[in-house]
Amino acid sequence: MDKNLNSKNSSSSPSSGGGLVQYIKDVFNGVKSLLVGLRRTMYYFTHHKEIITEQYPDNRATLVFPERFKGEVVMTHDENNEHACTGCTACELACPNATIKIITKFDVSPEGKKKKAIDKFVYHLELCTMCNLCIVACPTDAIKMAQTFEHSVYNRADLTKILNKPGSKIREGVE
Amino acid sequence: MGKLWEVFMLSFSKISQLIDSWLRATFNATWTMVIEMVIAGVCVIGLFAALGLVLVLMERRVAAWIQIRLGPNRVGPGGMLQSLADTLKLLVKEGMTPDGADKFLFNLAPFIAMMVAMLLMAPIAFAKDFQLWDLNIGVLYISAVSSLMVISILMAGWASNNKYSLMGAMRSGAQIVSYELSAGLSILTVVILSGSLNLNEIILSQSDGWWIFKGHIPVIISFVIFIIAVTAETNRAPFDLAEAESELTAGFHTEYSGMKFALFFLAEYINVFIVCAIGATLFLGGWMPFHIGHWEGFNHVMDFIPSSLWFFGKTFFLIFLIMWFRWTFPRLRIDQLLNLEWKYLLPISMFNILLVTVMAILGWYF
Repeated sequence: MDKNLNSKNSSSSPSSGGGLVQYIKDVFNGVKSLLVGLRRTMYYFTHHKEIITEQYPDNRATLVFPERFKGEVVMTHDENNEHACTGCTACELACPNATIKIITKFDVSPEGKKKKAIDKFVYHLELCTMCNLCIVACPTDAIKMAQTFEHSVYNRADLTKILNKPGSKIREGVE
Repeated sequence: MGKLWEVFMLSFSKISQLIDSWLRATFNATWTMVIEMVIAGVCVIGLFAALGLVLVLMERRVAAWIQIRLGPNRVGPGGMLQSLADTLKLLVKEGMTPDGADKFLFNLAPFIAMMVAMLLMAPIAFAKDFQLWDLNIGVLYISAVSSLMVISILMAGWASNNKYSLMGAMRSGAQIVSYELSAGLSILTVVILSGSLNLNEIILSQSDGWWIFKGHIPVIISFVIFIIAVTAETNRAPFDLAEAESELTAGFHTEYSGMKFALFFLAEYINVFIVCAIGATLFLGGWMPFHIGHWEGFNHVMDFIPSSLWFFGKTFFLIFLIMWFRWTFPRLRIDQLLNLEWKYLLPISMFNILLVTVMAILGWYF
Protein backbone atom coordinates (compact mmCIF):
# COMPACT_ATOMS: atom_id res chain seq x y z
CA MET A 1 0.00 0.00 0.00
CA ASP A 2 2.70 2.41 1.05
CA LYS A 3 4.87 1.65 -1.95
CA ASN A 4 1.93 2.02 -4.23
CA LEU A 5 1.16 5.41 -2.78
CA ASN A 6 4.76 6.45 -3.12
CA SER A 7 5.23 5.56 -6.77
CA LYS A 8 1.85 6.96 -7.68
CA ASN A 9 2.52 10.33 -6.22
CA SER A 10 6.17 10.85 -6.92
CA SER A 11 5.35 11.00 -10.61
CA SER A 12 2.31 13.17 -10.22
CA SER A 13 3.19 15.52 -7.39
CA PRO A 14 3.14 19.08 -8.69
CA SER A 15 6.34 20.03 -6.88
CA SER A 16 8.64 17.82 -8.95
CA GLY A 17 9.39 14.48 -7.30
CA GLY A 18 10.18 14.24 -3.62
CA GLY A 19 8.08 11.14 -3.12
CA LEU A 20 5.98 10.43 -0.08
CA VAL A 21 7.64 13.02 2.15
CA GLN A 22 6.91 15.75 -0.35
CA TYR A 23 3.36 14.44 -0.74
CA ILE A 24 2.70 14.62 2.98
CA LYS A 25 4.29 18.05 3.11
CA ASP A 26 1.99 19.19 0.30
CA VAL A 27 -1.04 17.96 2.17
CA PHE A 28 0.01 19.67 5.40
CA ASN A 29 0.84 22.93 3.68
CA GLY A 30 -2.44 22.84 1.80
CA VAL A 31 -4.45 22.25 4.95
CA LYS A 32 -2.48 24.92 6.79
CA SER A 33 -3.10 27.57 4.14
CA LEU A 34 -6.81 26.72 4.12
CA LEU A 35 -6.91 27.09 7.89
CA VAL A 36 -5.26 30.50 7.66
CA GLY A 37 -8.02 31.62 5.31
CA LEU A 38 -10.71 30.17 7.52
CA ARG A 39 -9.27 31.92 10.56
CA ARG A 40 -9.39 35.26 8.77
CA THR A 41 -13.04 34.91 7.73
CA MET A 42 -13.97 33.63 11.19
CA TYR A 43 -12.36 36.74 12.64
CA TYR A 44 -14.59 38.90 10.44
CA PHE A 45 -17.62 36.80 11.30
CA THR A 46 -17.10 37.10 15.04
CA HIS A 47 -16.06 40.77 15.01
CA HIS A 48 -19.25 42.14 13.58
CA LYS A 49 -18.62 45.79 14.37
CA GLU A 50 -17.12 47.54 11.40
CA ILE A 51 -19.44 47.57 8.37
CA ILE A 52 -17.80 48.58 5.11
CA THR A 53 -20.98 49.05 3.11
CA GLU A 54 -22.88 52.37 3.08
CA GLN A 55 -26.40 52.06 4.51
CA TYR A 56 -27.41 54.49 1.79
CA PRO A 57 -30.90 55.90 2.23
CA ASP A 58 -30.49 55.86 6.02
CA ASN A 59 -27.20 57.74 6.14
CA ARG A 60 -28.10 60.21 3.43
CA ALA A 61 -27.60 63.20 5.68
CA THR A 62 -24.12 62.14 6.73
CA LEU A 63 -22.76 60.79 3.45
CA VAL A 64 -19.08 61.55 2.94
CA PHE A 65 -17.74 61.45 -0.60
CA PRO A 66 -14.18 60.90 -1.69
CA GLU A 67 -12.60 64.10 -2.95
CA ARG A 68 -12.44 62.91 -6.55
CA PHE A 69 -16.00 61.59 -6.79
CA LYS A 70 -17.64 63.10 -9.92
CA GLY A 71 -21.40 63.36 -10.15
CA GLU A 72 -22.32 65.97 -12.74
CA VAL A 73 -20.97 69.10 -14.44
CA VAL A 74 -22.09 72.40 -12.93
CA MET A 75 -21.21 76.00 -13.62
CA THR A 76 -20.09 78.03 -10.63
CA HIS A 77 -21.89 81.30 -10.04
CA ASP A 78 -20.88 83.86 -7.46
CA GLU A 79 -23.20 85.94 -5.27
CA ASN A 80 -23.74 88.53 -8.02
CA ASN A 81 -25.05 85.77 -10.30
CA GLU A 82 -21.93 86.01 -12.40
CA HIS A 83 -20.04 83.13 -13.92
CA ALA A 84 -16.66 82.80 -15.64
CA CYS A 85 -17.71 81.26 -18.94
CA THR A 86 -16.53 83.15 -22.00
CA GLY A 87 -18.24 80.84 -24.46
CA CYS A 88 -14.94 79.72 -25.97
CA THR A 89 -16.38 76.19 -26.62
CA ALA A 90 -13.17 74.49 -25.49
CA CYS A 91 -15.26 72.16 -23.35
CA GLU A 92 -17.61 71.40 -26.23
CA LEU A 93 -14.63 70.44 -28.39
CA ALA A 94 -13.05 68.40 -25.61
CA CYS A 95 -16.17 66.36 -24.92
CA PRO A 96 -15.95 62.87 -26.46
CA ASN A 97 -19.73 62.28 -26.47
CA ALA A 98 -21.06 65.66 -27.57
CA THR A 99 -22.53 66.13 -24.12
CA ILE A 100 -22.05 69.90 -24.14
CA LYS A 101 -23.57 72.35 -26.60
CA ILE A 102 -22.85 76.05 -26.19
CA ILE A 103 -25.17 78.54 -27.79
CA THR A 104 -23.58 81.97 -28.00
CA LYS A 105 -24.97 85.45 -28.45
CA PHE A 106 -23.48 88.89 -28.76
CA ASP A 107 -23.71 91.30 -25.88
CA VAL A 108 -23.60 94.95 -26.76
CA SER A 109 -21.60 96.98 -24.29
CA PRO A 110 -22.51 100.60 -23.37
CA GLU A 111 -19.78 101.82 -25.69
CA GLY A 112 -21.51 100.04 -28.55
CA LYS A 113 -18.95 97.27 -28.82
CA LYS A 114 -20.15 93.76 -29.58
CA LYS A 115 -18.86 91.02 -27.32
CA LYS A 116 -19.37 87.26 -27.65
CA ALA A 117 -21.07 85.68 -24.63
CA ILE A 118 -22.97 82.50 -23.83
CA ASP A 119 -26.70 82.39 -24.27
CA LYS A 120 -27.18 78.81 -23.13
CA PHE A 121 -24.73 76.27 -21.82
CA VAL A 122 -26.59 73.03 -22.67
CA TYR A 123 -25.43 69.95 -20.81
CA HIS A 124 -26.80 66.48 -21.59
CA LEU A 125 -26.38 64.56 -18.36
CA GLU A 126 -27.73 61.39 -19.96
CA LEU A 127 -24.74 61.33 -22.35
CA CYS A 128 -22.06 62.30 -19.87
CA THR A 129 -19.52 59.72 -18.74
CA MET A 130 -17.98 61.96 -16.07
CA CYS A 131 -14.60 61.82 -17.82
CA ASN A 132 -13.62 65.28 -16.54
CA LEU A 133 -12.13 66.37 -19.90
CA CYS A 134 -14.33 69.48 -20.15
CA ILE A 135 -13.22 70.66 -16.73
CA VAL A 136 -9.58 70.16 -17.72
CA ALA A 137 -10.13 71.99 -21.01
CA CYS A 138 -11.82 75.04 -19.50
CA PRO A 139 -9.36 77.99 -19.53
CA THR A 140 -11.28 80.06 -16.97
CA ASP A 141 -12.40 77.35 -14.51
CA ALA A 142 -16.01 78.21 -15.17
CA ILE A 143 -17.30 74.67 -14.79
CA LYS A 144 -16.58 72.00 -12.22
CA MET A 145 -17.72 68.56 -11.19
CA ALA A 146 -20.35 68.45 -8.45
CA GLN A 147 -20.82 65.51 -6.11
CA THR A 148 -24.54 65.08 -6.54
CA PHE A 149 -25.57 61.63 -7.67
CA GLU A 150 -29.33 61.16 -7.34
CA HIS A 151 -30.04 61.86 -10.98
CA SER A 152 -33.09 59.67 -11.59
CA VAL A 153 -35.96 61.43 -13.35
CA TYR A 154 -39.19 60.26 -14.92
CA ASN A 155 -38.66 62.13 -18.17
CA ARG A 156 -35.52 61.91 -20.23
CA ALA A 157 -35.80 65.55 -21.23
CA ASP A 158 -35.22 66.51 -17.59
CA LEU A 159 -31.65 65.32 -17.95
CA THR A 160 -30.85 68.03 -20.46
CA LYS A 161 -29.78 70.95 -18.32
CA ILE A 162 -28.98 74.59 -18.93
CA LEU A 163 -26.00 75.29 -16.71
CA ASN A 164 -25.90 79.08 -16.74
CA LYS A 165 -28.51 80.50 -14.41
CA PRO A 166 -31.16 82.78 -15.92
CA GLY A 167 -30.04 86.38 -15.95
CA SER A 168 -26.46 85.54 -15.19
CA LYS A 169 -23.63 87.23 -16.97
CA ILE A 170 -19.90 86.91 -17.25
CA ARG A 171 -17.83 88.24 -14.42
CA GLU A 172 -15.87 91.44 -15.05
CA GLY A 173 -12.31 90.85 -16.04
CA VAL A 174 -12.65 87.30 -17.26
CA GLU A 175 -11.43 87.10 -20.84
CA MET B 1 -45.17 23.44 36.65
CA GLY B 2 -45.12 19.68 36.16
CA LYS B 3 -47.69 20.04 33.39
CA LEU B 4 -45.60 22.68 31.63
CA TRP B 5 -42.53 20.53 31.84
CA GLU B 6 -44.45 17.63 30.30
CA VAL B 7 -45.57 19.79 27.39
CA PHE B 8 -42.04 21.01 26.91
CA MET B 9 -40.68 17.50 26.94
CA LEU B 10 -43.34 16.27 24.51
CA SER B 11 -40.92 14.84 21.99
CA PHE B 12 -41.46 14.12 18.33
CA SER B 13 -41.63 10.41 19.02
CA LYS B 14 -44.45 10.90 21.56
CA ILE B 15 -46.40 13.10 19.16
CA SER B 16 -46.06 10.56 16.39
CA GLN B 17 -47.10 7.74 18.73
CA LEU B 18 -50.15 9.70 19.83
CA ILE B 19 -51.20 10.35 16.25
CA ASP B 20 -50.59 6.74 15.32
CA SER B 21 -52.63 5.30 18.18
CA TRP B 22 -55.47 7.75 17.53
CA LEU B 23 -55.54 6.83 13.83
CA ARG B 24 -55.46 3.11 14.63
CA ALA B 25 -58.38 3.51 16.97
CA THR B 26 -60.40 5.50 14.44
CA PHE B 27 -59.62 3.88 11.08
CA ASN B 28 -58.67 0.41 9.89
CA ALA B 29 -55.07 -0.57 9.18
CA THR B 30 -55.02 0.35 5.48
CA TRP B 31 -56.46 3.81 5.98
CA THR B 32 -54.14 4.43 8.89
CA MET B 33 -51.24 3.62 6.60
CA VAL B 34 -52.52 5.92 3.85
CA ILE B 35 -53.22 8.81 6.22
CA GLU B 36 -49.84 8.44 7.90
CA MET B 37 -48.13 8.51 4.51
CA VAL B 38 -49.99 11.69 3.60
CA ILE B 39 -49.05 13.28 6.92
CA ALA B 40 -45.41 12.29 6.42
CA GLY B 41 -45.44 13.71 2.88
CA VAL B 42 -46.93 16.99 4.04
CA CYS B 43 -44.40 17.19 6.88
CA VAL B 44 -41.51 16.59 4.48
CA ILE B 45 -42.77 19.25 2.07
CA GLY B 46 -43.29 21.64 4.97
CA LEU B 47 -39.80 20.93 6.23
CA PHE B 48 -38.45 21.56 2.71
CA ALA B 49 -40.14 24.93 2.48
CA ALA B 50 -39.04 25.94 5.97
CA LEU B 51 -35.48 24.79 5.35
CA GLY B 52 -35.33 26.64 2.05
CA LEU B 53 -36.40 29.89 3.70
CA VAL B 54 -34.15 29.50 6.72
CA LEU B 55 -31.05 28.28 4.90
CA VAL B 56 -31.16 30.95 2.18
CA LEU B 57 -31.45 33.63 4.81
CA MET B 58 -28.72 32.01 6.89
CA GLU B 59 -26.43 31.79 3.90
CA ARG B 60 -26.92 35.44 3.03
CA ARG B 61 -26.39 36.49 6.61
CA VAL B 62 -23.25 34.39 7.03
CA ALA B 63 -21.90 35.69 3.72
CA ALA B 64 -22.60 39.26 4.73
CA TRP B 65 -20.97 38.95 8.15
CA ILE B 66 -17.90 37.29 6.70
CA GLN B 67 -17.62 40.07 4.12
CA ILE B 68 -18.13 42.81 6.75
CA ARG B 69 -21.58 43.69 5.44
CA LEU B 70 -25.01 43.70 7.04
CA GLY B 71 -26.87 41.37 4.71
CA PRO B 72 -30.63 41.48 4.10
CA ASN B 73 -32.08 44.18 6.36
CA ARG B 74 -35.08 45.72 4.58
CA VAL B 75 -37.91 43.19 4.43
CA GLY B 76 -39.45 42.47 7.80
CA PRO B 77 -37.73 42.84 11.16
CA GLY B 78 -34.00 42.72 10.53
CA GLY B 79 -34.57 41.38 7.03
CA MET B 80 -36.07 38.14 8.36
CA LEU B 81 -38.73 38.01 5.65
CA GLN B 82 -36.35 38.56 2.74
CA SER B 83 -36.31 34.95 1.58
CA LEU B 84 -40.11 34.74 1.90
CA ALA B 85 -40.42 37.76 -0.37
CA ASP B 86 -37.98 36.19 -2.83
CA THR B 87 -40.00 32.98 -2.85
CA LEU B 88 -43.18 34.91 -3.58
CA LYS B 89 -41.43 36.68 -6.41
CA LEU B 90 -40.22 33.39 -7.89
CA LEU B 91 -43.71 31.90 -7.59
CA VAL B 92 -45.30 34.58 -9.74
CA LYS B 93 -42.53 34.66 -12.34
CA GLU B 94 -42.96 33.00 -15.69
CA GLY B 95 -41.25 29.62 -16.03
CA MET B 96 -39.99 29.81 -19.58
CA THR B 97 -38.95 26.85 -21.73
CA PRO B 98 -36.49 27.76 -24.49
CA ASP B 99 -37.48 27.00 -28.07
CA GLY B 100 -34.56 24.71 -28.84
CA ALA B 101 -34.82 22.77 -25.58
CA ASP B 102 -35.93 19.18 -25.18
CA LYS B 103 -39.19 20.23 -23.53
CA PHE B 104 -40.01 17.03 -21.67
CA LEU B 105 -36.58 16.53 -20.12
CA PHE B 106 -36.19 20.25 -19.47
CA ASN B 107 -39.36 20.34 -17.41
CA LEU B 108 -38.69 17.01 -15.74
CA ALA B 109 -35.19 17.79 -14.46
CA PRO B 110 -36.10 20.11 -11.54
CA PHE B 111 -38.62 17.60 -10.25
CA ILE B 112 -36.03 14.83 -10.31
CA ALA B 113 -33.76 17.05 -8.27
CA MET B 114 -36.51 17.56 -5.71
CA MET B 115 -37.51 13.89 -5.71
CA VAL B 116 -33.96 12.78 -4.97
CA ALA B 117 -33.81 15.24 -2.10
CA MET B 118 -37.13 13.88 -0.77
CA LEU B 119 -35.98 10.28 -1.04
CA LEU B 120 -32.90 11.13 0.98
CA MET B 121 -35.07 12.41 3.83
CA ALA B 122 -36.51 8.94 4.45
CA PRO B 123 -33.87 7.23 6.60
CA ILE B 124 -32.71 10.26 8.58
CA ALA B 125 -33.44 10.13 12.30
CA PHE B 126 -34.58 13.61 13.26
CA ALA B 127 -35.01 12.80 16.93
CA LYS B 128 -35.06 9.86 19.28
CA ASP B 129 -37.35 7.20 17.74
CA PHE B 130 -38.47 9.65 15.08
CA GLN B 131 -37.67 8.47 11.60
CA LEU B 132 -39.68 8.06 8.42
CA TRP B 133 -38.18 4.72 7.50
CA ASP B 134 -35.97 2.63 9.79
CA LEU B 135 -33.98 0.99 7.05
CA ASN B 136 -31.43 -1.71 7.86
CA ILE B 137 -29.18 -0.52 5.02
CA GLY B 138 -29.65 3.20 5.62
CA VAL B 139 -26.06 4.19 4.84
CA LEU B 140 -26.03 2.22 1.60
CA TYR B 141 -29.40 3.65 0.61
CA ILE B 142 -28.19 7.21 1.16
CA SER B 143 -24.97 6.79 -0.78
CA ALA B 144 -26.88 5.11 -3.61
CA VAL B 145 -29.71 7.62 -3.87
CA SER B 146 -27.55 10.71 -3.43
CA SER B 147 -25.69 9.85 -6.64
CA LEU B 148 -28.99 10.12 -8.55
CA MET B 149 -28.73 13.85 -7.99
CA VAL B 150 -26.32 14.12 -10.88
CA ILE B 151 -28.94 12.71 -13.27
CA SER B 152 -31.15 15.74 -12.78
CA ILE B 153 -28.18 18.03 -13.38
CA LEU B 154 -27.10 16.18 -16.51
CA MET B 155 -30.71 16.15 -17.68
CA ALA B 156 -31.07 19.89 -17.15
CA GLY B 157 -27.77 20.63 -18.85
CA TRP B 158 -28.46 18.43 -21.85
CA ALA B 159 -32.08 19.43 -22.35
CA SER B 160 -31.32 23.16 -22.19
CA ASN B 161 -29.53 22.92 -25.54
CA ASN B 162 -27.06 25.52 -24.42
CA LYS B 163 -23.31 25.14 -24.33
CA TYR B 164 -22.92 26.69 -20.88
CA SER B 165 -25.52 24.39 -19.43
CA LEU B 166 -23.98 21.34 -21.03
CA MET B 167 -20.49 22.23 -19.84
CA GLY B 168 -21.75 22.80 -16.33
CA ALA B 169 -23.58 19.51 -16.36
CA MET B 170 -20.58 17.59 -17.65
CA ARG B 171 -18.34 19.10 -15.01
CA SER B 172 -20.85 18.18 -12.39
CA GLY B 173 -20.92 14.62 -13.70
CA ALA B 174 -17.13 14.28 -13.50
CA GLN B 175 -17.17 15.85 -10.07
CA ILE B 176 -19.82 13.65 -8.52
CA VAL B 177 -18.42 10.45 -10.00
CA SER B 178 -15.05 11.26 -8.41
CA TYR B 179 -16.11 12.63 -5.06
CA GLU B 180 -18.63 9.88 -4.44
CA LEU B 181 -15.67 7.58 -3.86
CA SER B 182 -14.08 9.46 -1.02
CA ALA B 183 -17.46 10.30 0.49
CA GLY B 184 -18.28 6.59 0.46
CA LEU B 185 -14.92 5.59 1.90
CA SER B 186 -15.14 8.11 4.71
CA ILE B 187 -18.64 6.89 5.57
CA LEU B 188 -17.25 3.36 5.58
CA THR B 189 -14.91 4.16 8.46
CA VAL B 190 -17.91 4.71 10.71
CA VAL B 191 -19.62 1.62 9.33
CA ILE B 192 -16.52 -0.41 10.17
CA LEU B 193 -16.35 0.94 13.70
CA SER B 194 -20.05 0.59 14.49
CA GLY B 195 -20.49 -2.63 12.53
CA SER B 196 -23.85 -1.64 11.10
CA LEU B 197 -25.40 0.01 8.06
CA ASN B 198 -28.50 0.94 10.00
CA LEU B 199 -28.49 4.65 10.87
CA ASN B 200 -30.34 4.03 14.11
CA GLU B 201 -27.85 1.44 15.26
CA ILE B 202 -25.00 3.74 14.30
CA ILE B 203 -26.51 6.43 16.51
CA LEU B 204 -27.03 3.98 19.36
CA SER B 205 -23.41 2.86 19.10
CA GLN B 206 -22.46 6.45 19.95
CA SER B 207 -24.33 6.55 23.25
CA ASP B 208 -21.04 6.41 25.15
CA GLY B 209 -19.33 9.01 22.95
CA TRP B 210 -19.52 10.29 19.42
CA TRP B 211 -17.39 8.56 16.83
CA ILE B 212 -15.37 11.69 16.21
CA PHE B 213 -14.15 11.47 19.83
CA LYS B 214 -14.05 7.70 20.15
CA GLY B 215 -12.26 7.09 16.87
CA HIS B 216 -9.26 9.37 17.42
CA ILE B 217 -7.32 10.78 14.49
CA PRO B 218 -8.43 8.35 11.74
CA VAL B 219 -12.09 9.27 12.24
CA ILE B 220 -11.23 12.96 12.37
CA ILE B 221 -9.39 12.56 9.05
CA SER B 222 -12.35 10.76 7.53
CA PHE B 223 -14.67 13.45 8.90
CA VAL B 224 -12.61 16.14 7.18
CA ILE B 225 -12.62 14.12 3.96
CA PHE B 226 -16.36 13.59 4.29
CA ILE B 227 -16.98 17.32 4.65
CA ILE B 228 -14.80 18.10 1.62
CA ALA B 229 -16.43 15.37 -0.48
CA VAL B 230 -20.00 16.33 0.35
CA THR B 231 -19.24 19.99 -0.33
CA ALA B 232 -18.20 18.81 -3.79
CA GLU B 233 -21.17 16.49 -4.14
CA THR B 234 -23.66 19.23 -3.40
CA ASN B 235 -21.92 21.49 -5.94
CA ARG B 236 -21.15 24.23 -3.50
CA ALA B 237 -18.21 26.61 -3.57
CA PRO B 238 -15.28 26.03 -3.73
CA PHE B 239 -16.49 23.16 -5.89
CA ASP B 240 -19.35 24.96 -7.65
CA LEU B 241 -17.96 24.34 -11.12
CA ALA B 242 -21.35 23.16 -12.28
CA GLU B 243 -22.74 26.66 -12.05
CA ALA B 244 -19.54 28.76 -11.95
CA GLU B 245 -21.20 32.15 -12.40
CA SER B 246 -18.10 33.84 -13.73
CA GLU B 247 -17.44 31.31 -16.50
CA LEU B 248 -20.74 29.61 -17.32
CA THR B 249 -23.29 32.30 -16.37
CA ALA B 250 -25.21 29.84 -14.21
CA GLY B 251 -24.13 26.45 -15.53
CA PHE B 252 -26.81 23.83 -15.73
CA HIS B 253 -29.65 26.13 -14.65
CA THR B 254 -28.83 29.00 -17.02
CA GLU B 255 -32.07 28.54 -18.95
CA TYR B 256 -34.34 28.02 -15.97
CA SER B 257 -36.57 30.70 -14.57
CA GLY B 258 -39.39 31.11 -12.11
CA MET B 259 -40.39 28.15 -10.00
CA LYS B 260 -38.34 25.64 -11.99
CA PHE B 261 -35.20 27.57 -11.07
CA ALA B 262 -36.47 27.81 -7.51
CA LEU B 263 -36.74 24.02 -7.33
CA PHE B 264 -33.08 23.64 -8.28
CA PHE B 265 -32.17 26.34 -5.81
CA LEU B 266 -34.19 24.67 -3.09
CA ALA B 267 -32.79 21.24 -3.94
CA GLU B 268 -29.27 22.58 -3.44
CA TYR B 269 -30.07 23.76 0.07
CA ILE B 270 -32.02 20.62 0.93
CA ASN B 271 -29.07 18.56 -0.20
CA VAL B 272 -26.76 20.59 1.98
CA PHE B 273 -29.09 19.96 4.89
CA ILE B 274 -29.24 16.24 4.15
CA VAL B 275 -25.51 15.69 3.83
CA CYS B 276 -24.95 17.67 7.01
CA ALA B 277 -27.62 15.61 8.74
CA ILE B 278 -25.84 12.45 7.61
CA GLY B 279 -22.50 13.83 8.74
CA ALA B 280 -24.03 14.69 12.11
CA THR B 281 -25.56 11.22 12.37
CA LEU B 282 -22.40 9.34 11.48
CA PHE B 283 -19.71 11.38 13.17
CA LEU B 284 -21.40 13.57 15.76
CA GLY B 285 -23.88 11.11 17.19
CA GLY B 286 -27.14 12.22 15.57
CA TRP B 287 -29.64 13.04 18.30
CA MET B 288 -27.35 11.72 21.04
CA PRO B 289 -26.64 14.33 23.69
CA PHE B 290 -23.08 15.34 24.49
CA HIS B 291 -21.67 13.33 27.36
CA ILE B 292 -18.33 13.58 29.10
CA GLY B 293 -17.03 10.38 30.69
CA HIS B 294 -18.30 10.03 34.26
CA TRP B 295 -19.50 13.56 34.94
CA GLU B 296 -22.93 12.35 36.05
CA GLY B 297 -24.36 15.80 36.76
CA PHE B 298 -23.20 17.28 33.48
CA ASN B 299 -24.49 14.29 31.51
CA HIS B 300 -27.84 14.52 33.26
CA VAL B 301 -28.21 18.20 32.32
CA MET B 302 -27.33 17.37 28.73
CA ASP B 303 -30.00 14.65 28.69
CA PHE B 304 -32.65 17.26 29.42
CA ILE B 305 -32.07 19.00 26.09
CA PRO B 306 -34.54 17.43 23.62
CA SER B 307 -33.00 15.02 21.13
CA SER B 308 -34.40 16.95 18.15
CA LEU B 309 -32.54 20.05 19.32
CA TRP B 310 -29.33 18.06 19.49
CA PHE B 311 -29.85 16.77 15.98
CA PHE B 312 -30.71 20.13 14.45
CA GLY B 313 -27.97 21.88 16.40
CA LYS B 314 -25.30 19.54 15.07
CA THR B 315 -26.72 19.68 11.57
CA PHE B 316 -26.79 23.45 11.53
CA PHE B 317 -23.28 23.56 12.90
CA LEU B 318 -22.12 21.50 9.90
CA ILE B 319 -24.18 23.67 7.56
CA PHE B 320 -22.45 26.71 8.97
CA LEU B 321 -19.11 24.99 8.38
CA ILE B 322 -19.99 24.44 4.72
CA MET B 323 -21.19 28.03 4.36
CA TRP B 324 -18.00 29.22 6.00
CA PHE B 325 -16.03 27.29 3.34
CA ARG B 326 -18.08 28.82 0.58
CA TRP B 327 -17.34 32.36 1.59
CA THR B 328 -13.66 31.74 2.27
CA PHE B 329 -12.24 29.65 -0.54
CA PRO B 330 -11.93 30.55 -4.21
CA ARG B 331 -13.35 28.18 -6.81
CA LEU B 332 -11.12 25.36 -8.05
CA ARG B 333 -10.33 24.73 -11.69
CA ILE B 334 -11.63 21.44 -13.09
CA ASP B 335 -8.17 19.84 -13.25
CA GLN B 336 -7.37 20.98 -9.72
CA LEU B 337 -10.67 19.52 -8.63
CA LEU B 338 -9.92 16.11 -10.12
CA ASN B 339 -6.32 16.24 -8.85
CA LEU B 340 -7.54 16.90 -5.34
CA GLU B 341 -9.82 13.88 -5.45
CA TRP B 342 -7.72 11.30 -7.26
CA LYS B 343 -4.27 12.26 -5.97
CA TYR B 344 -5.04 13.36 -2.45
CA LEU B 345 -8.44 12.53 -1.01
CA LEU B 346 -8.80 9.02 -2.43
CA PRO B 347 -5.33 7.71 -1.47
CA ILE B 348 -5.58 9.29 1.95
CA SER B 349 -9.03 7.88 2.59
CA MET B 350 -7.97 4.41 1.39
CA PHE B 351 -5.00 4.46 3.73
CA ASN B 352 -7.24 5.81 6.45
CA ILE B 353 -9.76 3.02 6.02
CA LEU B 354 -6.95 0.50 6.42
CA LEU B 355 -5.94 2.22 9.63
CA VAL B 356 -9.51 2.21 10.92
CA THR B 357 -9.88 -1.47 10.10
CA VAL B 358 -6.76 -2.29 12.08
CA MET B 359 -8.06 -0.09 14.89
CA ALA B 360 -11.43 -1.83 14.87
CA ILE B 361 -9.89 -5.30 14.88
CA LEU B 362 -7.49 -4.52 17.72
CA GLY B 363 -10.14 -2.54 19.60
CA TRP B 364 -8.06 0.64 19.83
CA TYR B 365 -10.99 2.87 20.43
CA PHE B 366 -13.03 3.77 23.48
